[in-house]
Amino acid sequence: MTVTSLGVQSGAARGRTARRSRLLREAGLAYLLLIPALAAFGAFTFYPFFRNFKLMLYETPPVPGLPAHYVGLHQIVPTLTSTQFTQSLLTTLVFVVLVVPLSLILGLVLAVGAHRKLKGIGVYRMIFSSTVVSSVAVASVVFGTLLNPVVGLLPWLGINPSPPALENSTWALPAVAVITIWQFLGLSFIIMSAGLQSVPDELLEAAQIDGAGAWTRFWRMTVPLLSPTIFFALVVSTIYAFQSFGAVDILIGYQNAANLHANVLIYEIVTTLQMENNPGAAAIMATVLFLITLGLTLLQMRFLERRVHYAN
Amino acid sequence: MAEVSFNGVTKRFGDAVAVDGLTLHIPDGELLVLLGSSGCGKTTALRLVAGLEEATEGTITIGDRVVNDIDPKDRDVAMVFQSYALYPHLSVARNIEFPLRQRGMAKDERAAKVKEAAVTLGLDTLLGRKPSQLSGGQRQRVALARAIVRDPQVFLMDEPLSNLDAALRVQTRADIVALQSRLSTTTLYVTHDQVEAMTMGDRIAVMSHGVLQQVAAPEDLYARPANIFVAGFLGSPGMNLLPGKVVHGPDDDVTVEVSGGSVPLPTPWRFAGAHAGEMVLGLRPESLRLDPLGPLQAEVTIVELLGAETHVICATADGSRLIVRQPPQAAKPAPGEQVRIAIDPDPAALHLFDAVSTQRLAGP
Repeated sequence: MTVTSLGVQSGAARGRTARRSRLLREAGLAYLLLIPALAAFGAFTFYPFFRNFKLMLYETPPVPGLPAHYVGLHQIVPTLTSTQFTQSLLTTLVFVVLVVPLSLILGLVLAVGAHRKLKGIGVYRMIFSSTVVSSVAVASVVFGTLLNPVVGLLPWLGINPSPPALENSTWALPAVAVITIWQFLGLSFIIMSAGLQSVPDELLEAAQIDGAGAWTRFWRMTVPLLSPTIFFALVVSTIYAFQSFGAVDILIGYQNAANLHANVLIYEIVTTLQMENNPGAAAIMATVLFLITLGLTLLQMRFLERRVHYAN
Repeated sequence: MAEVSFNGVTKRFGDAVAVDGLTLHIPDGELLVLLGSSGCGKTTALRLVAGLEEATEGTITIGDRVVNDIDPKDRDVAMVFQSYALYPHLSVARNIEFPLRQRGMAKDERAAKVKEAAVTLGLDTLLGRKPSQLSGGQRQRVALARAIVRDPQVFLMDEPLSNLDAALRVQTRADIVALQSRLSTTTLYVTHDQVEAMTMGDRIAVMSHGVLQQVAAPEDLYARPANIFVAGFLGSPGMNLLPGKVVHGPDDDVTVEVSGGSVPLPTPWRFAGAHAGEMVLGLRPESLRLDPLGPLQAEVTIVELLGAETHVICATADGSRLIVRQPPQAAKPAPGEQVRIAIDPDPAALHLFDAVSTQRLAGP
């Protein structure tokens, strides 16, 4: 009896050891396979991310060539209270409000429109999603031409702002917003289309037989059932809007951005770093942008997810 | 309440014909089962009544209205889907209430109706739950409640039991029949399950490849299948079908020569001699028994024990399958054994079909 139970115990112990060594081997292989990705992320994401916090603590003299010196947390308050920063933050918020709702609504409208079994609908789907693959430079050049005061579309439509749209403090930011919306529309359309595929046709048919018209079906069925998708698109587009840079840089440029109220936060960060050679202030603003994005994402997850209806 | 009619209804999807010239009348209050294998057009026929598909040709009437151009929401029909199609973001109460709300019914009246439907289907304690918190059977009942709550002219049911387990299916089957008979609402019920069809339908319409094969009461359909398809489709196992030829003997004797033997035709079938030619002889498994004096010879291939009965599966000389249904206490032959098979002397045990047209020849 004793011999048997001992034999069983030692068998179990052997099994545990074998299992542990197998797990270790598997974990080792997993880390080995992760090395390339970790190296790339480490070099281009994690290192700059932590380095950014260090930069916040140093002040660089305005004269080139002089070494940066440690100031601790002393330059945080002046940077965050500067008109330059507060105005840029306000501009960014206006920009986000202009871009996010419109790009989501338009993406949803196009997706619902293209979600039909019609001949040749694939062509429309391709056109609607094509903005995803156009680069911001191309989009900016195309829109720059359309907004051109001489050969553009605006004069043709009888709209002639003076000074021209891209040099006008009222029109500059909305113009950049339009380009950003256009650019994000493809992705918004794809996300919404994918979401629509997951709404069962039978539910809409049931609603139709139950007496719901097209509008009711859209508001009472499609939108609630699509809410996980809309929520996801909302988070993605908000982050996307907060990080816009290219269109401002190409169409408006460093000379005009601040004057025209188009210096969105990331543009402000880049110009502070490169043009004003002030890495400390840039790092502080970058951290604020990071915290805003993080906070928004958490807020959206916490409050919006409660109202999201996931199907069975 | 209303009658429903298909008048020469055809539905094409591109080149594919889903429903082909369907003419069918369902009287007020009847439960008609549309039966067929998948792809036979039964669901399309149902969707045509609902207005979810448009007829390519022909007219559909509900009551005295031609509904071809009427919106689904204005047809006054309720549909129960195979997947139940419950609204996942709405509670059970809101699901049941939805059709009433769409019709602009006052709140108090709505609440009373929802309560009534919920009590009828035993859902009154589940009204606050979401569909995802319900079992399959409960979801099915919510779908039924949503259908009955607005007192429609017609119920359309598309395989509503196919997602339930076997025991629950038997129970719900009986519940639906009882509910329908109490409400007397004209009902079109689509299924591929012949047991459902036989037990539930006032009449059964069998469809194949978009074409209506036969409409009859369940017992008539089983006793007098109109063609070879219906004969083979109904019954478990289906009817044995043996190709053969009618032969006239001396003294007005008429027999059917099939692989495995020749079967004398009883008097009521003799007229069939006039059609002398290629025939198909149909024999239900329960009309056959193993008997050393029987006219047919075959070799046993498998013996299946089902508890309440035994199926002796045989093959005749040309390989045609012949199944004999036996009581469990009968002697069981061994596979490979040569057996003789006798046929029930009742003339109705024989079925004769024209081999070319596949139609039943008039008989008893």
